[in-house]
Amino acid sequence: MLDLAANSNSNAAADPMVPRVVRVTKRRKDAPDVVTLEMEMKDGFDFVPGQFNMLTAFGVGEVAISISGDPVKRNRLVHTIRDVGPVSGALTRLQPGQSLGLRGPFGIGWPVAEAAGRDVIIFAGGLGLAPLRPAIYRVLGERKRFGKVALLYGTRTPGDILFQRELESWRRTLDATVEITVDRGTPEWHGHVGVVTNLVKYAEFDPKTALAMVCGPEVMMRFGAAALRAAGMPDTNIYLSMERNMKCAVGFCGHCQFGPVFVCKDGPVFTFDRLREILTVKEL
Amino acid sequence: MEGLDRIIRGHAFFAGLDEDFVKLVTGCSKNVRFEAGQYLFREGGPADEFFLLREGRVALELAAPGKGAISILTASEGEVVGFSWLVPPNRWVYDGRATGLVRAISIDGACLRNKCEADHDLGYEMMKRVVAIVIKRLHDTRLQSLDVYNVHA
Repeated sequence: MLDLAANSNSNAAADPMVPRVVRVTKRRKDAPDVVTLEMEMKDGFDFVPGQFNMLTAFGVGEVAISISGDPVKRNRLVHTIRDVGPVSGALTRLQPGQSLGLRGPFGIGWPVAEAAGRDVIIFAGGLGLAPLRPAIYRVLGERKRFGKVALLYGTRTPGDILFQRELESWRRTLDATVEITVDRGTPEWHGHVGVVTNLVKYAEFDPKTALAMVCGPEVMMRFGAAALRAAGMPDTNIYLSMERNMKCAVGFCGHCQFGPVFVCKDGPVFTFDRLREILTVKEL
Repeated sequence: MEGLDRIIRGHAFFAGLDEDFVKLVTGCSKNVRFEAGQYLFREGGPADEFFLLREGRVALELAAPGKGAISILTASEGEVVGFSWLVPPNRWVYDGRATGLVRAISIDGACLRNKCEADHDLGYEMMKRVVAIVIKRLHDTRLQSLDVYNVHA
């Protein structure tokens, strides 16, 4: 069994600021602007669900990208990247055999170990499903360790649904709830249409003890956390993964400072009680 | 068969409703069932009822030229569809299609409107419940209009 509490980093370079060169072994297009890259890691790569790496597109720049693969598959590092700018765009265009720079893993991840014995709500919006996927792998992979499990996922349109085959497979899991909604339906879509917060009612959980992991656009996370609070969950049991402009990833440069915390080293995963007051501060 | 009054009392929309009012509402109600693909109502048609959903899912749709029927909202068990019965001209604004088997309670709009006019306490109860849903849907629609998942916007 994977020790998810250990923030292990057996493959990190001695100097966390120095990237190493890795080669893309597989590339898959998940959505029109989203690509998943796989890198074979011969010596293994240890990480905790929710951690991120700094990836370099040579000659373009470096960007923080969450790891989206299964932590127990140590020889296969997976990143799911959306083309939102020059660096991420260059990374999405990499083909098998091409190289990229890698620093990491960095940050505090999802509290998968703390979730043992409790009901778990995994609450994703848009590309936020990618940073949650390692946690989903572990929760469903070690299903007996957890109480009731619900995956609630909202995205823009049916064409934007990530990891469709896996979602279908997770949905077939008899003892897990998987609900998906889109903001805009199509004639072919027969599922839910509406905001992701409306899915909370489909999750069965004990609000006093359940643990929620929430990841998506910040507005979605704010309202998602509010919906979980309205269902009776304490702020300390709701975990959010924050995104800020990261540069050094080790708390030196201050680019990712968010009020009193550095997202890169104090997060990216935080409990809602630490964020609630600052999430609505426009200046941050 | 389960009594209509018991179903109405147990539906989230009427939770906690005074027993006298439950009787008044029950007098305007009937059980209905729609198969997958059947329409509960069509855009432009007379909105003379609304539905308490007991089972299944209803998609509110708007036909767009060249795009077919675009689903803008779905409502499921425990929810309500249809508010056009409340305000003139009492015409449906969208299509309401059953995406699978739907069991619901249909409440006659004219019947309930008349009872609300005759008993303003009932009218106020109905308005409070309807407005809470309308506000929530307005709030949800605002969030959807933000298009938060579209990073290229």
